Amino acid sequence: MKFGVVQFPGSNCDFDTFHVLRNVMKRETALLWHKDHDLQGVDCVVLPGGFSYGDYLRSGAIARFSPLMQEVKAFARAGGHVLGICNGFQILLELGLLPGAMIRNKNLKFLCQHVHIRIENEKTDFTRAGRKGQVLRIPIAHFDGNYYAAARVLKDIERHRQVVFRYCDAEGNITEEANVNGSLGNIAGIRNREGNVLGLMPHPERASEALLGSKDGRTIFASLILSLERRKPARRPVLRERARHD
Amino acid sequence: MKVRILVSFKDSVLDPQGQTVKNALHTLGYAAVKDVRQGKVFELELEGATKKEAEALVPEIARRVLANPIIEKFDWQIIKGR
Repeated sequence: MKFGVVQFPGSNCDFDTFHVLRNVMKRETALLWHKDHDLQGVDCVVLPGGFSYGDYLRSGAIARFSPLMQEVKAFARAGGHVLGICNGFQILLELGLLPGAMIRNKNLKFLCQHVHIRIENEKTDFTRAGRKGQVLRIPIAHFDGNYYAAARVLKDIERHRQVVFRYCDAEGNITEEANVNGSLGNIAGIRNREGNVLGLMPHPERASEALLGSKDGRTIFASLILSLERRKPARRPVLRERARHD
Repeated sequence: MKVRILVSFKDSVLDPQGQTVKNALHTLGYAAVKDVRQGKVFELELEGATKKEAEALVPEIARRVLANPIIEKFDWQIIKGR
């Protein structure tokens, strides 16, 4: 399978993500430029962390209008897999591919630290290599990670098991202290109802090598590889044809 | 024509920055301040737009770009020209 990592002006985790996908997970990976229209036939688009367009206006608010994001939107609507990490998650929210919005962290601080997140739903294409209730230790680095959705939307998300990760303590307990940014329901990551789009605030690419203190982030990339390589190849040529057509 | 657009959090959304400003004001002794909501101001210079056109254009721009309707509301007015 082939991954594609999107680069916006201000992305700063693009090469970390590229490195992990290509050199650690050993999969073909392309860098995709935000001004292009070509998804280069990738099977999974990754929106990396950073500060696209300087976080001007709102985090992710400008990036969503870039030419490539229109292709990503069509790709996702057609069932293509999209993973948004940190700023990538914010872009997916602004784009409307995921429900809700981000507001400033409750303590108004930029948080850069390791956190624990619990796998709430292991039956997704992004978590199938993990176990239900498994605790992952992955770092966060953000100013606006305080997840918000209207009560009605939140209820809907919970009902459809769209909450994939929640902030927890080292033992996996969902506590207020572990909820460092103030997110509703301790939400650290959600998927869309169809299950092909996931956004999360923690950075799995920064926790994919023992040298960096944790390999837990690999669970997410390994799950994607497992999901996409097991799939019947029939639909991939269709996607390629689509990309070429555009 | 020049228009001014005010974007702020909906009443239902917690505004952590407004809360912090309120706490600072209380620390300074301004006990009368009951609540603070922080927002953003945009001033747009529109060329060749009539008032009627602006009434369609400005809310569209505000909804689509300047505000995130999930968490924010907006208000606007013409501040120069007609």
